[in-house]
Amino acid sequence: MITQVSSSLYQQIVANFEEGLMVGAQVPSLDTVRKDAFERFKRTGFPTTKMEDWKYTNLQPLLNESYMLEDTLPERNVGLEDAVISGLDAYRIVLVNGEYRADLSDVIAEHGVQVLPFLEAVNNPIFQKHFAQYADKTDNPLVALNTASNKGGVFISLSDGTVLSKAIQLVHIMASSETLFSQSRNLMVLSKNTKAQLVESFITSDGSAKSLSNNVSEIVVEENAQLYHYYIQVAGEQSNFLNHIEVHQKKHSLYNNYNCSFPGASFVRNNINVRLDDSAVESHLYGIVLGARKQFVDNHTIVDHSMPHCESYEWYKNIMQDEATAVFNGKIFVQLDAQKTNAFQQNNNMLIGDKAVVYSKPQLEIFADDVKCSHGCTIGQFDDDALFYLRARAIGEQQARTLLVHAFAYDVTEKFDNSAVRDYVDRLIERGLNIA
Amino acid sequence: MLSIKNLHASIDGKEILKGLSLDVKAGEVHAIMGPNGSGKSTLASVLAGREDYEVTEGEVTLDGVNLLEMAPEDRAREGVFLAFQYPIEIPGVSNINFLKTAVNEIRAYKGLPPMEAKEFLQRVKEKQKLVEFDAKLANRSLNEGFSGGEKKRNEIFQLAMLEPKLSILDETDSGLDIDALRIVANGVNTLRSQNNAFVVITHYQRLLDYIVPDYVHVLYKGKIVRSGTKELALELEEKGYDWLKQSVDAAENATI
Repeated sequence: MITQVSSSLYQQIVANFEEGLMVGAQVPSLDTVRKDAFERFKRTGFPTTKMEDWKYTNLQPLLNESYMLEDTLPERNVGLEDAVISGLDAYRIVLVNGEYRADLSDVIAEHGVQVLPFLEAVNNPIFQKHFAQYADKTDNPLVALNTASNKGGVFISLSDGTVLSKAIQLVHIMASSETLFSQSRNLMVLSKNTKAQLVESFITSDGSAKSLSNNVSEIVVEENAQLYHYYIQVAGEQSNFLNHIEVHQKKHSLYNNYNCSFPGASFVRNNINVRLDDSAVESHLYGIVLGARKQFVDNHTIVDHSMPHCESYEWYKNIMQDEATAVFNGKIFVQLDAQKTNAFQQNNNMLIGDKAVVYSKPQLEIFADDVKCSHGCTIGQFDDDALFYLRARAIGEQQARTLLVHAFAYDVTEKFDNSAVRDYVDRLIERGLNIA
Repeated sequence: MLSIKNLHASIDGKEILKGLSLDVKAGEVHAIMGPNGSGKSTLASVLAGREDYEVTEGEVTLDGVNLLEMAPEDRAREGVFLAFQYPIEIPGVSNINFLKTAVNEIRAYKGLPPMEAKEFLQRVKEKQKLVEFDAKLANRSLNEGFSGGEKKRNEIFQLAMLEPKLSILDETDSGLDIDALRIVANGVNTLRSQNNAFVVITHYQRLLDYIVPDYVHVLYKGKIVRSGTKELALELEEKGYDWLKQSVDAAENATI
């Protein structure tokens, strides 16, 4: 193992942790978990491009920066306008620089729902049962770092049979006057027979300084529960993200992820891992990336079938303008016991900018013999014949291009269950295109 | 209405149209026939403004407006309509939204406000009937999964909705069975008026039994080599193109 010690952020974090500055002493029950996680991170260091999963994703330039590890103005005022989704009926929960802000968050008075800031959740038995049980089993050193030293985030739990009447919107807002490294840790547990919609929005406060966020969310979808999870990246150029979502699904559960990135954030890496740990589980992963300027957006997904009779369906579309770069890495595991699996994956790319880049890697590892799996990948540009056809019908060139991009994205956007979010995403596509 | 003078056009450096001239007056229907490779579809593409073609010489005006300088969308807004030989399938763009956009772009160009939803739907209903176009198709993605006949009927449906001055039908009859052909032709005949004109490009005389032209022109080697009335089409049907080709080729050799 090559130990990565060259980065200044690494040294800063190690020094802080060892001096006891980085974790709140207020959580003694987590001490062992955190120390173990820290040792794991310390051994590996930050991922480098020598690791297969990080081959196209160079963190080094970000790690060479010098960061504040504490928010110096934790009570600051922030504007939440950028997170507004018109027509969406939702409870709002706000994390500023990764930390829960009660003053900006709605109280959810519905029966069967519990929302707690991370540090208050540590004594909750459901939290204790699930915290660090899933994401930490992966070999992502960033998860270990987060487990070792996160300070904030939120715990959401739905008790048996709870069906939320409104969506929950979790707003991540970056607002800092100095270059900041932040980490949020979230846990959502949907008990049996529950149903919820979670809309996560990533935004940046006007005039905020540069930031790097290392966020981890663990999601447990118990028997017969359903979660519709929208993940909308609309942060500003100065914001950079390392996000890890680990989903654990039980029998007859449904998990739908709709992951959308728009022009803004310079660097985005999403790991979305869905573990189908029981039979008769259904998972859908949809993605839209509209990139612009020199943006870098990397989506790494794992769909892990370990039990029979499950179905997964994944469709990612990248639309890259200017000099933007996208990475799509879709791993599907079908383990030995996962007979009668039905797994589908599709990745389509539209390269609009002359200097735009896409790295696409479908990766199927199938150990069972009675399964149906398919995958496909396409890379293309604007269809000139379609463009001419529209223009010959009086539609201006810019509008014709917009129509064609909408048409390209449509296979994915039509799958959005929530029409307010779907309309919002359609508007973001239009807005994201006009920038170019 | 349409005036083409000494039009030369090439694609990838190869000259296809070599001095084509044509005058079309309002209220007229002109048929353009000719053997394969004579430049019929090139003429349609050049008039509509396809950028793959380079116009090297000549002029094209519509009611005195120079078309050659214009982008395809502006030509359409001025009143040029090309019914495509191979209409494009565009999944994800709904037929009806596409039409609404097109109608309103043309209106905006003329300084008119967008059409009221009610009026638009009324028009859609009326024009659909004209080409016996299934209402279900109108709500589907543009041409996606349409049969050949449905695509061609959709072209005429669009024509009916957009009410162009000049319509160019590029081999609209190709791939149509006799019933579809009759429907398409009826649509066109209903739309004919003293204020518009049609240029009908076709291989076969068959279509001209249904859409009766005022003039018939034969295109060969990038030029109109013979013009006449509808009887010329019948003569071509009977004798083929060879006799015409021979006389043109002989004349060419003589000048050399």
